[in-house]
Amino acid sequence: MEHIRTPKVENVRLVDRVSSKKAALGTLYLTATHVIFVENAPDTRKETWILHSQISTIEKQATTATGCPLLIRCKNFQIIQFIIPQERDCHDVYISLIRLARPVKYEELYCFSFNPKLDKEEREQGWMLIDLSEEYKRMGLPNNYWQLSDVNRDYRVCDSYPTELYVPKSATAHIIVGSSKFRSRRRFPALSYYYKDNHASICRSSQPLSGFSARCLEDEQMLQAIRKANPGSDFIYVVDTRPKLNAMANRAAGKGYENEDNYSNIKFQFIGIENIHVMRNSLQKMLEVCELKSPSMSDFLWGLENSGWLRHIKAIMDAGIFIAKAISEEGASVLVHCSDGWDRTAQVCSVASLLLDPHYRTLKGFMVLVEKDWISFGHKFNHRYGNLDGDPKEISPVIDQFIECVWQLMEQFPCAFEFSERFLIHIQHHIYSCQFGNFLCNSQKERQELKIQERTYSLWAHLWKNRADYLNPLFRADHSQMQGTLHLPTAPCNFMYKFWSGMYNRFEKGMQPRQSVTDYLMAVKEETQQLEEELEALEERLEKIQKVQLNHTKVKSKQSEPSKQSGFSTSDNSTANTPQDYSGNMKSFPSRSPSQGDEDSALILTQDNLKSSDPDLSANSDQESGVEDLSCRSPSGGECAPSEDSGKDRDSDEAVFLTA
Amino acid sequence: MEFSELIRTDRAQAELRRGPEAAPLRGTLCVTGHHLLLSPGPQSTPDLWLLLLRSVDSIEKRVAGDSGTITLRCKDLRVLQLDIEGAEATLDIARSVEGLRLGDAWHFHPPERYYKRVARETNAWRLSEVNEDFSLCPSYPRAVIVPRAVDDDALSRSARFRQGGRFPVLSYHHAPSGTVLLRASQPLSGPQKRRCVEDEELLRAVLAGARPGARGIIVDTRSSHAAKQARMTGGGTEAKAVYPGWKRLHRPLERGRPLQESFVCLVEACGDKEQSMDRWLSRLQGCRWLAHVKEALSTACLAAQGMEREGACILVHGAEGMDSTLLVTSLAQLILDPLSRTMTGFQELVEREWIQAGHPFQLRCAHSAFSHARPKHEAPTFLLFLDCVWQLGRQFPLSLEFGEGLLLALFEHAYASPFGTFLCNSEKERCLCEVRTRTHSLWSGLNQPKEQRKLWNPLYVLNPLAIWPSVEPQSLRLWQGLFLRWTRPPEPAEEAWEKVWQIVTESQKTEGSQPTVSA
Repeated sequence: MEHIRTPKVENVRLVDRVSSKKAALGTLYLTATHVIFVENAPDTRKETWILHSQISTIEKQATTATGCPLLIRCKNFQIIQFIIPQERDCHDVYISLIRLARPVKYEELYCFSFNPKLDKEEREQGWMLIDLSEEYKRMGLPNNYWQLSDVNRDYRVCDSYPTELYVPKSATAHIIVGSSKFRSRRRFPALSYYYKDNHASICRSSQPLSGFSARCLEDEQMLQAIRKANPGSDFIYVVDTRPKLNAMANRAAGKGYENEDNYSNIKFQFIGIENIHVMRNSLQKMLEVCELKSPSMSDFLWGLENSGWLRHIKAIMDAGIFIAKAISEEGASVLVHCSDGWDRTAQVCSVASLLLDPHYRTLKGFMVLVEKDWISFGHKFNHRYGNLDGDPKEISPVIDQFIECVWQLMEQFPCAFEFSERFLIHIQHHIYSCQFGNFLCNSQKERQELKIQERTYSLWAHLWKNRADYLNPLFRADHSQMQGTLHLPTAPCNFMYKFWSGMYNRFEKGMQPRQSVTDYLMAVKEETQQLEEELEALEERLEKIQKVQLNHTKVKSKQSEPSKQSGFSTSDNSTANTPQDYSGNMKSFPSRSPSQGDEDSALILTQDNLKSSDPDLSANSDQESGVEDLSCRSPSGGECAPSEDSGKDRDSDEAVFLTA
Repeated sequence: MEFSELIRTDRAQAELRRGPEAAPLRGTLCVTGHHLLLSPGPQSTPDLWLLLLRSVDSIEKRVAGDSGTITLRCKDLRVLQLDIEGAEATLDIARSVEGLRLGDAWHFHPPERYYKRVARETNAWRLSEVNEDFSLCPSYPRAVIVPRAVDDDALSRSARFRQGGRFPVLSYHHAPSGTVLLRASQPLSGPQKRRCVEDEELLRAVLAGARPGARGIIVDTRSSHAAKQARMTGGGTEAKAVYPGWKRLHRPLERGRPLQESFVCLVEACGDKEQSMDRWLSRLQGCRWLAHVKEALSTACLAAQGMEREGACILVHGAEGMDSTLLVTSLAQLILDPLSRTMTGFQELVEREWIQAGHPFQLRCAHSAFSHARPKHEAPTFLLFLDCVWQLGRQFPLSLEFGEGLLLALFEHAYASPFGTFLCNSEKERCLCEVRTRTHSLWSGLNQPKEQRKLWNPLYVLNPLAIWPSVEPQSLRLWQGLFLRWTRPPEPAEEAWEKVWQIVTESQKTEGSQPTVSA
């Protein structure tokens, strides 16, 4: 609290990003965890909440006649502009936020004060929802070839690895330790995914410290052990996910890549995924394109191409596809690494697993995948997503790219995933929100030292509890593609990769489809289920009545047919929208804000039901700043899209049963 | 929509007897615009029974007490008997079927039919047969809707002042605001800035017939520079001074050869598998197709916004008024008019605003994107329209009654079709070629029960409001279902569509099923 220079500023205007002429007048509050804007409009008092941890940059712009503009860009791609009447107030808010948005201690993060009112037991259960040892069991481990190694007990060998790791049975502790000394940050080859069907596996590590000529017998034995753990193939692929040039440059620093001559029976392969700095700049450029005001189609496509973002996404996908094919078609095991083996390696291993194993395309399976390849293997969440104040050069949208890869796959295979786009968006949000402890710190070790599980809550339990909000109605568990590998076309289908406006422009409601197929179908499904239950109940009663042989029984069933129309009409009306500014610079038409968002509830809605008392979240439904007609909706979202509500509140046909 | 007026009652409880062999089928009988449906109760087979009304040859009804019987004799020699609960219901269903089975798709006479709707909404317009013999305007249909205050003489003078005789006619009446959408071709003002009093009178009458004090906006689909240049060759625009109450906006839309080249370039890019990711985006940009989509939608929105929000009457024209003009007027209707978003409404819209309005399909669709012939008159204007409709459907997935399948079918048939619907360049040519008597109509072809699942949108829920799309580049997408139809594997999309149908039909079945006393 000591960082808050001014807790409250009145007569602040929240600028509508789409139409600069419209702005909501209200009061700005700074709290220990949130920036809150409450509109003055007496009937709505609409609130906009922004978590400090979501703030990416704050920009104080030149003072104008109307006041001093403050531009806040968020890590979840929301952009908010306030105009504060007094320059001095603006400065105070600016200085406060600069500090509040960059906490220096973990204890300052929101998850340590966030309290969803669950008791201790519930919290512990939440943390147990995702269990990696169960996951390895599901893969079919341990078996004749793979065993659980305790070599990293107490993080003795590698402090960024988990303590429980699977390694080939023939890899002795001596070999592992020897190999670890020959690998950057001692990240020795360990199992990421085991493909039951043919014993092939995906292993991961960091780069070898080979320099120009160094060798390590144990490391060579380690790779051999991996090869031998797969009796079906006489070689393994070693995939270096870096561009060849980068890998070669590393040799000068005593690092580098495997020499095919030194290792027996490996096939070495470069896959050029760029490094975190290139990716950071690429995202930056793409976001600049998203921020353009009414760009022409050319500006947009040119900017998108120039950012290189989709090219990078494709590179990651290509690497994943290469590995998935090596495993499922060639039956060869693959060792994947990049430099340290915690960014590109995590992306590629998880994409490949997702392609290979339908389990990872389910809700729970996806959580397991993130837990396994990202959290447990020491992806540096704190550095990459800037949770604590740190080196800005460490920040990079590594997991964002993975999440986008999943979305690109969902677009291509609409029936293959159990979860919907919303699930991905909420996970992305919480990676940055620091509301749950899952993504804190840089490694398992740090999380343990911080006693994360005792002091914070798990996101997975929260998502699981609200899983109904995240289901994909089109999911076909019986589906041919679900039986195994997702088969992507072999030709380089560039056109498959699309700009994800649902993520990067998700706060510009007017740009999103105004009606949600997912929500509609979920509502229909729910209604069908209810009707079926009712029908069953009715039939049961009917049977009873017939048994009693009441002669004058007359069954009248209310016509349930119109329920669909009436049931959904509300949600439909809410798609009422107003025209945008189609007139270009013509003054004749007042430009209007893009309408009405649909219910949607981007994030937020669900996270609210966590805490009804705590205002902070309930509000988040805020966001739709720039969307005016939301007032009719209670901000305490929770129930999610009204279309679903309407599905629920149709008259119950409970009373249809009349006996004369 | 008009079909629905013929439906007296749309459902009743009935038992169907299909002959001595087949077991009778009990359930709910439904009448739709084109079909008779019987959805059986839960205890019997789950299949719907479906009969195309046009296959009914004769119908006979008999009422006795509290129930009735209808006998249907079909063109394929089947005889069906329906026992219906309720005498009133029996008579209503019989009358509905009687009316509907005669609904011949060639009897779509959109101007006349549309006029009936307009006449219900306002008295300011009349149906003129001044073009009965196509002498006034060879590309207009026989009947057009014009201001009641303007007589046929004035119309013919106005026609002489407009290129190709395309004088201003009504395209759409927006009842909620009392405004209208008109289309025409450019006035032949020429370098001398000639005037035509009757043409001016016509536009004045339009404003007078709308709500008092209504203004007018002329949306010229050319740049103001191009419009000025057109004067040199005898064309031009309406001078502000002589058309009081009307102002002019220029919204240049691409047409003709550049549009065809854009189409060719896009199709080439979609077929090229050798390119890198970066080259793909720059080619997508370079071919400018999506830019044309954006411009077309924006202009249509502008026109629609002018009517709905500003209460202004809109006149759309470019040069000939047969390409981008129709693009704008038809899209504006789709945005504003819920009826045009239904299956029949959309078919009527295409019939009225494209086919009857004289879009020269023969010339425009002579070659598609792969032809090596130098394009002369080819231009994918109609395809651009379909693409814009697809974009609307993507942004409002519950608001169109038809699915992507219908748009794909229209695209195919516009370029090559066993049906006569898209034949010729105008109504006049179609009359000369006796298209009506010598070919079949695509609309009746489409209404066959086969493949219905591809044509209809199972998610449709009537949306009574205007649908304002976003025209930001982030909101517009390449229409993969068309442009990548043969390059991407079709299964995932087909499976998704099937699944959508499955969810929706399951729900309908559940809703339709009721417990019945079996004793």
